[in-house]
Amino acid sequence: MSAGVGVDLENLWIRFGDFVAVRDANVNINGGDFFSFLGPSGCGKTTILRAVSGFLDPSEGRVLIGGKDMLGIGPNKRPTALIFQNLALFPLMKVWENITFSMEIKGASAAQRRKRADELLDMIALPGQGDKLPSELSGGQRQRVAIARALCAEPDVLLLDEPLSALDLKLRQHMRTELREIQQRVGITFIYITHDQGEALTMSDNIAVMRDGVIDQIATGKTIYNDPNTAFAASFVGENNVFRGKIKQVMGTEAMIATNRSGDLVARISTANQGKMKEGDDAMLFIRPEALAIAPDGATGDHYVTARVKHEEFEGNVFNIFTQGDGGKEIKVSIPNHGQSFQDHTGQSITLEYETQNAVLVPAGELAAE
Amino acid sequence: MSGSFLRVSIWAYLVIFFLYLLGPLVIMSVTAFNSSAFPRMSPWECLTFQWFDELFRDQRILNGIKNSLIIGAGTVVLSVAMGLAGALMLTQIWPKLRATYYTVIIAPILIPGVVLGISTLVFWDRINRMLGLGADSVLSNGVFLTVIGQSTFIASYCMLVLVARLQRYDVALTEAALDLGATHAQAFRKILLPFMRPAIASAAVLAFLASFENYNTTTFTFGEYPTLTIELAQKVRYGITPSISALAFIIVALTVFFALLNEAKLKRQELVAAVRKNATVEELAGKIKLPSFFAGNAAAVLVVIFAVATITVVGTATAYDPAQCVANVREQKRLEAEQRIQELRQQREEQRKQREAEEAEQGGAQSAPRPSNNSGFGNVFAPNTLGGDSEETQPQSETPPSSNDGFGGAFDPNSLQND
Repeated sequence: MSAGVGVDLENLWIRFGDFVAVRDANVNINGGDFFSFLGPSGCGKTTILRAVSGFLDPSEGRVLIGGKDMLGIGPNKRPTALIFQNLALFPLMKVWENITFSMEIKGASAAQRRKRADELLDMIALPGQGDKLPSELSGGQRQRVAIARALCAEPDVLLLDEPLSALDLKLRQHMRTELREIQQRVGITFIYITHDQGEALTMSDNIAVMRDGVIDQIATGKTIYNDPNTAFAASFVGENNVFRGKIKQVMGTEAMIATNRSGDLVARISTANQGKMKEGDDAMLFIRPEALAIAPDGATGDHYVTARVKHEEFEGNVFNIFTQGDGGKEIKVSIPNHGQSFQDHTGQSITLEYETQNAVLVPAGELAAE
Repeated sequence: MSGSFLRVSIWAYLVIFFLYLLGPLVIMSVTAFNSSAFPRMSPWECLTFQWFDELFRDQRILNGIKNSLIIGAGTVVLSVAMGLAGALMLTQIWPKLRATYYTVIIAPILIPGVVLGISTLVFWDRINRMLGLGADSVLSNGVFLTVIGQSTFIASYCMLVLVARLQRYDVALTEAALDLGATHAQAFRKILLPFMRPAIASAAVLAFLASFENYNTTTFTFGEYPTLTIELAQKVRYGITPSISALAFIIVALTVFFALLNEAKLKRQELVAAVRKNATVEELAGKIKLPSFFAGNAAAVLVVIFAVATITVVGTATAYDPAQCVANVREQKRLEAEQRIQELRQQREEQRKQREAEEAEQGGAQSAPRPSNNSGFGNVFAPNTLGGDSEETQPQSETPPSSNDGFGGAFDPNSLQND
């Protein structure tokens, strides 16, 4: 398992009757990667996972694991292990029996299983809990048992279907780190399904952003955050302020758009769309709340926006200012708290500025639901 | 004020409800211990166990019980298997067909047992003949036919019980097992079956009871293997004896015993679970055996009381001899009967005297006295006296005066009607 086994999806289509759940997915997952599929519920990410684990056959295209076509190979013959959303621990078996189920199938003796279970229980920091029933464990402990059970099968690829969604926030954050650690320790490929961009960004080597069965972008978390391909990717991953307009002028990797209310604004064209956007196209300009700053009064230009402050809130590490932009849509500005005195702007009109590098232009498209 | 009234009426209602529910059972059980030859509670004659003795000497009843047990076991196996298959099918089938499938599977419950019995008989007879087998083949065997016939609808009951549990089954568990390398058969055996075990046990008990008490279907299919219900029905046809009450008592006692045992077991599991929840693993090793069987377990206490009572009763039964009491009662009965005969005779004698007096009064009008009243037996053997007083005078008034022609009334149209 040193190099890890990669997973490839080639022109993968999955249909349920007339409904297309996955549309022409092409994904290369390197061996040993922590790879996430990120998207809202119903976007087809779980369908992809089920196709990889063997519970679904592709309508078209291929699923390859370690370069081998998996068509016709059942879930029990694939080198994958799936961690279910609800964990699916066997309720009538004790923890150690749960963990070593895959060994029982192969006919291992009880003593062998006990030994392996104890090793894995140590690894997931639950020593001595093997004789309990799953129902006697807490949510986080059950979570770890499910991981141990999957790892006990010694899979080449571990598939995780939103395994943290049932946990409370604190535990979820703790489990993120733990999952990442486990992945680095065992060195196998993790494919992780989530709708939580925080999970995807913190744990993954690479992320595929999905929408309605289509993969919008595959890149590292940093790239997706800073250089999104589509309006959906820009609005789904992290918070973003959007300005709509028509492209007025393209200047190499930058372009100026004419917005209805905020005047002309300049931004960097996202890498994937460079050379594809031309004058007159509908476009969307995205600026992160933390990329906006309050400018001196009266400043005007193609990287200034004026807005009226609706309300402000103090979040601890940042001050959030919510303004009524000229475009009618709310603009959020986050100003880091350096301990400075903070002036209340509520009801006032302020000017916001940004650096052209931090504003991204993509073709107009569907936004993620709030 | 109104609150206490409400409480009183609820209690009254409960009492009436349980009397209605359990009264017949209690009365029947009590009659099993009364020496009266007809099952009744009053007058109480003697405490006796003779009816149990008689029951266990009755070869037909014993044979019926044996057949019932064999058929019950067969029905349990077949019904639970078919019910489980049907229930699994229900969860697998195409959703649009599900309602239809459900109706079809449930239909046998709605069909009268008599119809099921006849159709089973006819159907298998046809198959038997098509295969060219004789009347002694397996397909016309009473046990086989009864098991098949009963299972047609008992399997539906089983399916209902099993579906209820299966609906709570998370299919992801089977998928998890497959994903971990299990074959479909292994996933079924190691995951689904253990999950279904409580429901399978309930379904088996239900199937056995339904089979044991079935009459309508069995009556057509039993062939040479009459079950207990069939034997009872045939026995009752010739009159009911308290040995049937004794059988009823045994069945009631067994039912109560197993219900209590089950309750005690459940309660025990609950207690064990509660202890487990509050204990760490280290504690568990030592503590798990400790919770005494009785701790906070009313049902367990009842089971033990029940067992003690049974031993006491059986012990008493072997030692107790009601012969003297029975003899006393018999003697008393004989005396009573004699007394009653005496009274009856006296009554009759008085009636006779009265009638004679009446006839003597009418003597002037009717010259010939009525014959046959002067036998030496005080009128006891006179055919007319059997009919009672009221009928005695009717023939005289109702019979129309016979015509006096030479044919002795043979051609009288009225005489034809009188026959």
